[in-house]
Amino acid sequence: MRFMVLVKADRDSEAGKLPDKDILTKMGNFNDELVKAGVMLAGEGLHPSSKGVRVRFSGGKRTVIDGPFTETKELVAGFWLWQVKSKEEAIEWLKRAPFEGTEVEIRQVFEPEDFGAEYTPELRAQEERQRSQIAAKR
Amino acid sequence: MAVTATDTHRTIAALWRIESPRLIAGLARMVRDVGLAEDLAQDALVVALERWPEAGVPDNPGAWLMATAKHRAIDQLRRRQRLERKHQELGRDLEDREGSGPDLDAALDDDIGDDLLRLVFTACHPSLSTEARVALTLRLLGGLTTEEIARAFLVPVSTIAQRIVRAKRTLADARIPFEVPRGAERAARLPSVLEVIYLVFNEGYSATAGDDWLRPALCEDALRLGRVLAGLVPDHAEVHGLAALMEIQASRLRARLGPSGEPILLLDQNRSMWDQLLIRRGLSALERAQSFGDPRGPYQIQAEIAACHARARAAADTDWGRIARLYGELMAVAPSPIVELNRAVAVGMADGPAAGLAVVDTLTREPALENYHLLPSVRGDLLAKLGRLDQARAEFERAASLTLNQRERRMLLDRAAACRRGEVPASP
Repeated sequence: MRFMVLVKADRDSEAGKLPDKDILTKMGNFNDELVKAGVMLAGEGLHPSSKGVRVRFSGGKRTVIDGPFTETKELVAGFWLWQVKSKEEAIEWLKRAPFEGTEVEIRQVFEPEDFGAEYTPELRAQEERQRSQIAAKR
Repeated sequence: MAVTATDTHRTIAALWRIESPRLIAGLARMVRDVGLAEDLAQDALVVALERWPEAGVPDNPGAWLMATAKHRAIDQLRRRQRLERKHQELGRDLEDREGSGPDLDAALDDDIGDDLLRLVFTACHPSLSTEARVALTLRLLGGLTTEEIARAFLVPVSTIAQRIVRAKRTLADARIPFEVPRGAERAARLPSVLEVIYLVFNEGYSATAGDDWLRPALCEDALRLGRVLAGLVPDHAEVHGLAALMEIQASRLRARLGPSGEPILLLDQNRSMWDQLLIRRGLSALERAQSFGDPRGPYQIQAEIAACHARARAAADTDWGRIARLYGELMAVAPSPIVELNRAVAVGMADGPAAGLAVVDTLTREPALENYHLLPSVRGDLLAKLGRLDQARAEFERAASLTLNQRERRMLLDRAAACRRGEVPASP
């Protein structure tokens, strides 16, 4: 399963201040560990919201609103996409990240099977057939 | 929300997945025995399961597990007089490490890549059967439990447990050294590792919608192992070739089954459902493989073929000429009747059904394909396109009698019926 890890903006990231060398090194090492473990699928950092825009959809109208946006804690400053076995594994990986004084959010990415949770009768029959096959092998 | 024992157990299971490969690898270097190393790691896990639900998970659980396992190792070795010699070695090893500075884990981390690689090559040692290599690799490197492996492979738990016990015994009896092969030997042993990973992937890929979720999850396990291996042995083209092949094939996972679980053939798949992220990852892994130049190995060639499909926006845009040439290249390095049959299909698409039929006809006496339903199925398709409907019908009927898949049989009989009516049936 996949999880998106959302790193929130803070005053520094919104001011366009880049992390210092120490943080960059630590983050580089952490990313390295994620890649080596085959966990990281993607990851990017985002420019401050002052360079972003929002498009508002309302009553058939589209209005473009320029950044910056004020609600810093709700803004995203970067993200990872991880492939792990469970939410708990994502949590354990995130605990190893070199953050301080912030909150980082983990959200599960929908998979196709999340939509088709209700098996068709045909599939249920197939599953039962397989279960009886497994039982026969024991 | 209160932290319950179940939460802690889930956390411990997750930590085991993350930590167990390097835990076992580090311990195996110290005790020079993979089986013993895994037992020690398991013992540490049992202690964690007893203590952590009450005392809480320590800040650095990996270091805690390693320290606990090492204590166990020393206890056990002290008790076993007959392992006196190993005890001394271990004691010396530990003294060296402990004497080297306060940061034991940093010292361990330095070697961790090499330790993991030793574990990879030991778990995939040629003295073990393929089945044993698969079970041991998933257990030692994938962090899967014996029960998970058994459920994923649709076999009883006891079968997998026995396979693992026997494999460990084989390694111990044959005194397989815990080491990384170098130079030419590494290149010679690598195919055995790649084979295991690709086998795990294919087992997951062949899962159907009604299967236990652990089966399709094997694809993710294999992808992860492939990525880990690419980090450990980045200097071999085929390692990247395999990673590329798996990423691109996995990109089609969600497009390959219809709403009622029926398989959808590649050319009929809705390409907008292909996972573009995995395709991009696959293509960049392929680029890394290509950077080594020729000759190309079998995984890289297969990845090139997969990439041809991935790059085509629509099925009609497929570069069949290139695919036919790539199958020709694959025949040269890894010949098999199945590869040749695939080449026949590609040739048929590139140069017309007569050219494809000429290739298929060289295979009709191939004993390995005698009961393989896709041979008459492909031949029937090419014959139908040539307007030889009577012969095509006979081939479709023969293919229908050979397949075990009900849906496929129905489809083949439909096509035979179309031939009987004098219609050219739609291509698969």
